[in-house]
Amino acid sequence: MNTNDIVLEVDRLRVQARNDRGAGPVLVDDVSFTLRQGEVIGLIGESGAGKTTIGLACLGYTRNGCAIEGGRIVFRGQDILTLSPAGRRALRGPGVAYIAQSAAASFNPAMTLFEQVCEIPVRHGLMTADAAREVAIGLFRELDLPDPETFGRRYPHQVSGGQLQRAMAAMAMAAKPDILVFDEPTTALDVTTQVEVLAAFRKLIKEHRTAAIYITHDLAVVAQIADDIMVLRHGKMVEHGTAEQILQAPRAEYTRRLVAERVQGHAFVERVAEEVPLLSIRGVTASYATLLRVIDGVSLEVRRGDTVAVVGESGSGKSTLARVITGLLPRESGEVLFKGEMLPPALARRSREQKRRVQMIYQMPDVALNPHQTLLDIIGRPVGFYFGRSRAEIRERVLELLRMMDLPESFIDRTPGELSGGQKQRVGIARALAAEPDLIICDEVTSALDQLVGEEILRLLKRLQEELGIAYLFITHDLGVVKRIANKVAVMLRGKMVAGGETAEVFAPPFHPYTELLLSSVPEMRSDWLDEVLARRAGL
Amino acid sequence: MRLYGHRVTWPAALGFLIIAINLFAALGAPLIAPFDQAEVVCDAWDEPSASHLLGCDNLGRDLLSRLLFGARMSIGLSLLITTLSFSIGIVTGFTAAIAKGWVDAALSRAVDLMLAMPSLIFAFVVLSVLGTDVAVLVVTLACLDSTRVFRLSRALAMNIVALEYVEVARLRGEGLWWIITREVLPAARAPLIAEFGLRFSFAFLFVAALSFLGLGIQPPDADWGSMVRDYRDMINLGISAPFWPAGAIAVLTIGVNFVVDWLLAIQSRGHGENA
Amino acid sequence: MLRMIGLRLALGVMTLFGASVLIFAGTEILPGDLASALLQNNATPENLATMREQLGLDRPAVVRYAAWFGGALQGDLGRSLASERPVAGELAPRLRNTLFLAVYAAAIAVPLAIALGLMAAVWQGSVFDRGVNMVTLMTISIPEYLVGYLLMKYISVELGWLPTLANVTDDTALGERFYLTLLPMLTLVLVVIAHMMRMTRASVLAIMASPYIEMAFLKGIPKWIVVVRHAFPNALAPVISVVALNLAYLIVGVVVVEAVFVYPGLGQLMVDAVSKHDVPVVQACGLLFSSAFILLNMLADIAAILANPRLRHPR
Repeated sequence: MNTNDIVLEVDRLRVQARNDRGAGPVLVDDVSFTLRQGEVIGLIGESGAGKTTIGLACLGYTRNGCAIEGGRIVFRGQDILTLSPAGRRALRGPGVAYIAQSAAASFNPAMTLFEQVCEIPVRHGLMTADAAREVAIGLFRELDLPDPETFGRRYPHQVSGGQLQRAMAAMAMAAKPDILVFDEPTTALDVTTQVEVLAAFRKLIKEHRTAAIYITHDLAVVAQIADDIMVLRHGKMVEHGTAEQILQAPRAEYTRRLVAERVQGHAFVERVAEEVPLLSIRGVTASYATLLRVIDGVSLEVRRGDTVAVVGESGSGKSTLARVITGLLPRESGEVLFKGEMLPPALARRSREQKRRVQMIYQMPDVALNPHQTLLDIIGRPVGFYFGRSRAEIRERVLELLRMMDLPESFIDRTPGELSGGQKQRVGIARALAAEPDLIICDEVTSALDQLVGEEILRLLKRLQEELGIAYLFITHDLGVVKRIANKVAVMLRGKMVAGGETAEVFAPPFHPYTELLLSSVPEMRSDWLDEVLARRAGL
Repeated sequence: MRLYGHRVTWPAALGFLIIAINLFAALGAPLIAPFDQAEVVCDAWDEPSASHLLGCDNLGRDLLSRLLFGARMSIGLSLLITTLSFSIGIVTGFTAAIAKGWVDAALSRAVDLMLAMPSLIFAFVVLSVLGTDVAVLVVTLACLDSTRVFRLSRALAMNIVALEYVEVARLRGEGLWWIITREVLPAARAPLIAEFGLRFSFAFLFVAALSFLGLGIQPPDADWGSMVRDYRDMINLGISAPFWPAGAIAVLTIGVNFVVDWLLAIQSRGHGENA
Repeated sequence: MLRMIGLRLALGVMTLFGASVLIFAGTEILPGDLASALLQNNATPENLATMREQLGLDRPAVVRYAAWFGGALQGDLGRSLASERPVAGELAPRLRNTLFLAVYAAAIAVPLAIALGLMAAVWQGSVFDRGVNMVTLMTISIPEYLVGYLLMKYISVELGWLPTLANVTDDTALGERFYLTLLPMLTLVLVVIAHMMRMTRASVLAIMASPYIEMAFLKGIPKWIVVVRHAFPNALAPVISVVALNLAYLIVGVVVVEAVFVYPGLGQLMVDAVSKHDVPVVQACGLLFSSAFILLNMLADIAAILANPRLRHPR
């Protein structure tokens, strides 16, 4: 490759937040990379790594309250930071185009897709409205959108999430930009949709030889599409190399941990089965108000020491199942037995003891803990409420639980606002344990956390299970988690259970077709995974 | 200057100062007023002088003294109305949000209906038959105003009840009282305090408007609204007497609004920091 | 969408009906009855009986309500207790005057408030925005009569440009009317504009903070096109609601402003009737004010439904 191919050069970029008192924290510090025509660079990192800030800076744009404080961003030989506002505006769209995480929020609800897709070429005076329309139809066809001729007449709320995400790629491509910035474009999608959208994006980039910056937190996703990968943490570059090198031979310790966590499996938990199952669900149905049936004839069994995973995509009814077990949503028919004893459908009819034995941990630790209470109140309340202990005993017990969670004892008088996401989740676990339950329902407990933090939470849960013999009902959309920690699994699709049993059996041939689709859609951390999946699906 | 860890802006500081001065005047009227409110001490429309700082009114009463006693009446009454309206509104609003079902539906429809009419008009209808008695005035206005408090507290409680930490408390088996006082109220306190200021200024302007129209507080008690009414004809003669009570009404309302604006601003900023 | 509009119309009719019940019930809640309240010290048993019969109080409340509301629907609002003339006849010229003033004020205030609100939102944080914020925060706190008297003192008394009182009669010419009601109109505009402007600004700002607006900027579209093409169509529905909500202040404001300028409108009539316990007139005025208010809100909601693309183009 020769240097004339270089379309973008980011040189020692530094972005800083500003607040009332002047300069705030540094969001991006000393980041440099170059991008050649047709090349894709993946920016990877956890939340707060500065990925999006870098992506937006490449369009000469910063969000309110931030400013580019240093460095150069050279686009085709021109430092865009020295451009006038009009010059930067001319660059956005025809030069560098942006594809956001949430298409549903990024499309204007009051305009048709045609109007929005054609906007860049028409407003920048590059094409007539009719020519732009032809280009849009062509792009819709390339992206496998249905009825490309008329697709653009629809409004954003009239098409599905996956289609809208592809329509956004069409919008970005409309004026044939030199660079596309993808910002977590598949994160909000279900895994099965993610595969299709990812394949469409890759085809688009390849065919138009467009350079791209692909931002994501998911190494396996970026491995499918990027030539180079840059790992970022706290706004600084950790490592930069080819995709192969990052995946196969990571140099930095942090990258090694990111790569390792995914591959390393946990052994399945072997448990001695007792006579009476802890929780036994038989043919349960439930629905909200008069709407469709949300869960329909679900049966499930959990024994002491089990980790049973309930997997499914959004709308599969997996969270509703948790609400039915806890009694928040009374079931319409079927049985829920706890240690052989029938649980009344409604929460209000259950005894305090029945409530104590099943506890919950939530997805969002921010809203699961009352921000106005101290950890002593939060964790201590179940101790006092269920066991009627004295104040001194409660304090002693809370300290013990904090130690168990590897949290400092000094946290006892703090409020959740002073804690990090992972620490809050530990407090949520401590609160559940304070009730000394037999079963804990974990509702997507790692999906709101960064990868490494989530791994630590899983490790903690596993350790607690070994020490205390608690059973978990794990509700999740993440098959990676399921494979590693669950000994039993139930696969849900549109309110029905399509497969269930020992994890090893359900996830081995012969598969239920939906289980196979789900399994094959989970990105794997090797660069040829997407090709294989597509080839296999084309052959079917 | 900081208050509970928040920087006090200058309009907010001014607002606090205005409120403090008014409260002082209202509470201390009998002690600081030079004359009684109904005492005739000079000739009608005497010019301001050393003994009558603001001059005299149409019946030869000391204007400053009437202004101070008027503060007592106008502010006291509005506080009473707002407190009563808040008690009714919060209790019904929280109950509707937590009980849901038909309780919520019935209360909400009733409030919708009350809000479908301008409250001044509804107050007129009631006052036309019940007459302008202070107790009637307070109860009527409190009931009308409580519909707005109901709306807000119901909406607040609905949002808070949907949060998972409240769900945790319900799953644990906590009772309604615990959930309201320990889980819902602490989170609703800040917006409710700001709303109290806002509702107070509405009630205050409302009472003053009614008095100005001759349907509020009746003579000989001094209150700012009826003072404006009593002195209004003097404008054509170039006497500025009506501007003292009218200005007092405006200044206190501005003060309260400055403080409310500040409270709302720190609340929205508080959310930003947590996110 | 037609179904939603139909539902909203039905709801409007029901609300109007509910409001009429409330207005009627409001005059029924007194401990004794209307007759004793009216007669006060002259309440001999014979007087009371005559009065009750005269007022029709010997009939049950439901029957009286039906008769009253049925009559009102046909334009018969009963007879005034004070003047003993038909209420409808007394009301008509007053209603015309009030409508004239309200529409006059709204025609100036609404476009002005929306324009100022848009400007403040577009230049958020600028000197203009901060200045407007401060000024409007103060004007919403100032009672209508203070504004009115201040205008009267400076414009009429000291400068002598306009008359202090708005003495219109039935045969005042239209041009003359505009001139005479200029001061009351200005007062109303000043009172209404602040709220309307602040809320317009807030709803446009909420739209400007949404991701699709950021997306439009990232597409390199000039700011004025973003505002006009992307933000405004979405801001339309909330702004319509804001306008309708604030026309309520106009209704209340009219009552006070009429009193300030001694303008022969519906508000003055109602205030007089309240102090004279002239219940039929109060009820009739209450019904008219409420109907206007309910109608405005209904129109605003229907306009908001029409402005919502999700409802206009269903899946």
